Amino acid sequence: MTAAEGLAQAAGRVGYHVQTYSTYPSQIKGGPTWAQTRISTNPIQHDGDALDILVVLNREAYESHVAELRDGGVLVYNAEDFELESNGNAVGIAVDELARSTGNPRAANMVVIGAVAALGGMPPEYFEDFIRERFTRGRDNDQQIIDANIEALKLGVQEIERAGFKVSDLDEPPSENGPRVVIKGNDLLSLGAITSGLDIFVGYPISPATTILVFMEDHLTGEGKSVVQASSEIESISTIIGAGYAGRKAMTSTAGPGLSLMGEGLGFAWMAEIPCVVVDVQRGGPATGLPTKTEQSDLLACLNPGHGDLRLPVIAPGTVEECWTAGIMGLNWAERYQGPVIVLSEMQLAERAQDIPRPDPATAHVEHRVVSQGEVGNRRYAGDGVTPFPVPGGAGAYVANASEHDEQGDTVHQPDTHPTMTARRFNKLKILEDGDYELDNADSPVALMPWGGSKGAARAAYEELRAAGVDIGWSYTMYLNPLPPPLLEHLRSKELVLVPELNYLGQFSSILRQLGVPAESLTQFTGLPFKVRDLVGRVQERCGAGRLAQV
Amino acid sequence: MTKRNPDYDFKWCPGCGDFAVVRAVELSLAEWVNTSNRPIEETVMVAGIGCSGNLVHLQEGPQPFGIHGIHGRTLPIALGVKSARPDLNVVVVAGDGDFLSIGGEHIAPAAKRNLDVTCIIMDNGVYGLTKGQASPTTEFGQITPTTPYGKLDDPVNPLLLYLSYGVPFIVSAISTRPRVLAQQIGEAMDYPGFSIVHVQSPCTTYNDTYEALKGNPAKGIDPGAWEIPDSHDPGNLSAALDLVREAGIPIGLLHRANESVPMHERLVEAKERLRVKTRSVDQLLDMVAV
Repeated sequence: MTAAEGLAQAAGRVGYHVQTYSTYPSQIKGGPTWAQTRISTNPIQHDGDALDILVVLNREAYESHVAELRDGGVLVYNAEDFELESNGNAVGIAVDELARSTGNPRAANMVVIGAVAALGGMPPEYFEDFIRERFTRGRDNDQQIIDANIEALKLGVQEIERAGFKVSDLDEPPSENGPRVVIKGNDLLSLGAITSGLDIFVGYPISPATTILVFMEDHLTGEGKSVVQASSEIESISTIIGAGYAGRKAMTSTAGPGLSLMGEGLGFAWMAEIPCVVVDVQRGGPATGLPTKTEQSDLLACLNPGHGDLRLPVIAPGTVEECWTAGIMGLNWAERYQGPVIVLSEMQLAERAQDIPRPDPATAHVEHRVVSQGEVGNRRYAGDGVTPFPVPGGAGAYVANASEHDEQGDTVHQPDTHPTMTARRFNKLKILEDGDYELDNADSPVALMPWGGSKGAARAAYEELRAAGVDIGWSYTMYLNPLPPPLLEHLRSKELVLVPELNYLGQFSSILRQLGVPAESLTQFTGLPFKVRDLVGRVQERCGAGRLAQV
Repeated sequence: MTKRNPDYDFKWCPGCGDFAVVRAVELSLAEWVNTSNRPIEETVMVAGIGCSGNLVHLQEGPQPFGIHGIHGRTLPIALGVKSARPDLNVVVVAGDGDFLSIGGEHIAPAAKRNLDVTCIIMDNGVYGLTKGQASPTTEFGQITPTTPYGKLDDPVNPLLLYLSYGVPFIVSAISTRPRVLAQQIGEAMDYPGFSIVHVQSPCTTYNDTYEALKGNPAKGIDPGAWEIPDSHDPGNLSAALDLVREAGIPIGLLHRANESVPMHERLVEAKERLRVKTRSVDQLLDMVAV
C-alpha cells in the first residue's frame, strides 16, 4: 500500500470523507508514479484542482508537479535524494534515514503520513489505532512492527513541528455518516455484478480493466460460478455469449483495444438476442493509445461496436458510488431485453478509491430473464418484443443464429424477414427506457450535462457557477442509451446543453444533436480528468457575460 | 423443434461429403439419447460459418439446441456453454477454413484447458460457400480462384497440429462410411475431454477428392487414405506422430490419451483441494469498511 492509500484509510476510519487517485506508467517497475489523497469533512466529488501538500521523493517529481501546488501550500521533499534552495514553503525530510532509525526501514511511508497529518492538523492518535489494526497479524514480531511504525509516524510529525509549517486545521470529522466503505470503482462494480447474480466471468488482462478480472478470480467462487481467463478478447466475447445462451448471467471486462476486437461478437449477441454484459473501462485511444490515462472516447464505439444496424444499451457510471448500480443494472438490462449491454466506465473511476455509504446487497433490485417453460415451443424469435427464453436442457430447441433468421432461428435472407427482425431488435430497447436521471434548476435555458466520470468535476463547477449567481441548469443520467425519454424531452427544450467530455470529437454531444438536442461539447483530451476551475472558466467563456443571466 | 424446418432452403451440392456427416451426427445423437437416457435437448450443437455450419439446420428427426454463430469462433462459444453448464453434451461442427484458418487461434487454448467438447471437422480443402478459394488444407500447387499460380503455401497437416497442441482424443475419418463415422463420433462424445473427429468430406463442386482419397486402379491412382493398422496403440503419442508423418491420410482412431481430466473437473477439484471459501458480498464489504 502507498502512503496515499494509508493516509486515506486512516482518515476514513475516523470519519473523514476520503479519496485517492493515482496514475502509473505502462511499465512494471520504476518510472514516474504519483498518488494523491483528498481528506474532507464534506463528501468529495472530484480529484481537486490544486494541492495543499505536495510530497516529492525525487527531483523529477518535484519538477513535474510543483506547479500543481496552490498558493500557501507546502512542499515536503526527500532530503536524502536532493536539496532545494529554501523558498519559504518547503520542508526537507530524510525519510528513509528516519525510518531506519526506528529499526524498521519499511516504515518510510509512515514518516510521510505523520508529516502530512501534522501539516493538515490531524492528531497523530487518529493513525495509531490504524497502525495497530493493520499490523496485528498474529506474528511474533507484531508489537515490534507496530512500535516502529508509530515511532516513524511521530518522527514525521516532529519534523513538521520543528519546521513550523501548517496548511490547515481540519475540523473534527463528521460524526453521523452512517456505515461507509473505502473502495475503488472497479472493485465496487464487480461487487454490484456479483450481487446481481453473475454466474460466469471471462476476461483477458488489459489496463485499466484487469483489476475486475483479478477481483472475480478471487471472489466469484460459489456453486456453479466460474471465471475464465480467455486467450483474447475475441474469446472473451464469444465465451460470454455461449454462457448467456446456456441460461447463465455472464460478463467480461475490457478496455478500448479489447472492445474493438469484440465488435463482431457483440453484433452476434444483438442479432441472436443473447444476454451478456461487457464492461469497457476506458483509457486513452485509439489503438494502443494511452493505456494508463483516463479518457471518454469509446462512447461511439460502444453504441455501435460492430457493422450493421445495431445500437447497444450503454450504462456509464459517473462516480465510484454509481459503479455499484451500474454493475447491477448492466446485468438487469441484459436479462430484461435479452441482449448485450455495455457498462462504460473509465480509468479515473476504476483507480479512484473513495469513501461511500455502504451499499446494501439485500435491497438491490435484481432481475432475471423470462424463461420459456415450453410455451413458445421453438419459436424463440416470434413477435415484436421480448420472447420467453428457451434454455438448453429444457423445451424449445432452436438455433441461435448470427445470420438473419426466422422465428425458430433458421437462416432466411428474404426481403420481408430482415425488416421484421430488425424492427423487433430495436423495439426491445423500449423496455429499457425507465432509467433515472437528475435535474436541477430545470427552468434555466442552459444546462450543463456531463456523462460518466466527468460528473464529479462538472457538478462542482455547476455549484460554483450557481453560487456565483449564474443561471444554469444541471442534467445528468448514467443511462446513455436508451436515454430516459422525459430527460430527452427536457433537453430538447433547452437553448443550449453544454457537455463536458474527455474526447476530441465531442462524442456524446454529437449523439444528443442527432436526437434533436442543441448540445455542444466542452472537450479535453490530455489523459487527465477535468479541473473544476477550467470547467467554470469555459462555461463562462462559452456563454459570455450577457448570455448567462444572473439570478 | 422436433424435426427439421421443411422451408429451410439451403442445399448442399449433390455428392457433398457433408450429407454423410449429418447422417452420422443424427445416428450418433440417437444412440447418445438411447444409452445416456437423456433428452436430446441436453445436447448443444455449435456450428461455424461455411457450408458445413448449415448442418445444424439440416438434421432430420429430433433436434438438439443449436448455435450458428460467427466465423471461426465455435470453440470459445462452446467454452461458454460448457463453463455455464458442464452437464450439457456440446458438439462443434465446422469446416477446415473456419476451424483451422480464422479460428485456428482457439484450438491450442481449448486443448490446454481440456475443454470437454467434441469437434466434428468437415475438411474439404477449399472454401466452398464463397466458391472455391484455397483453404489451409488445399494442396501445394493447386490452382484455385485465389491461387492462380498454384497454391504457394504449404498445406496444414491438421492431425499433426492437433497432436502437437496436445488434443487428447483424435479420430481421422472419411465421409464415405457414415455408420463407422457415427460410432467414432459417439466414442468422441463419451471421451472425458477435448475430442476432434476430423473428417475428409469432399466438395464435389470445387475440390472433388473422392478419387484421390479412395484411389482408382483403372487410372493407376493409389488411395491417398489408408487404414491405421490394428497394431497401433492410440495411447502412444510418439506412434501417432509417426503415423501422421507418413504420406497420405491415416484413417481411424489416431490418439486417445489415457489420462484426461476435463476443464470443469479441474476447477471443482482445485476448489476442494484448496478449500476455497466463498465470501458473501456483505463479508467482502466488511473488508473495506471504515
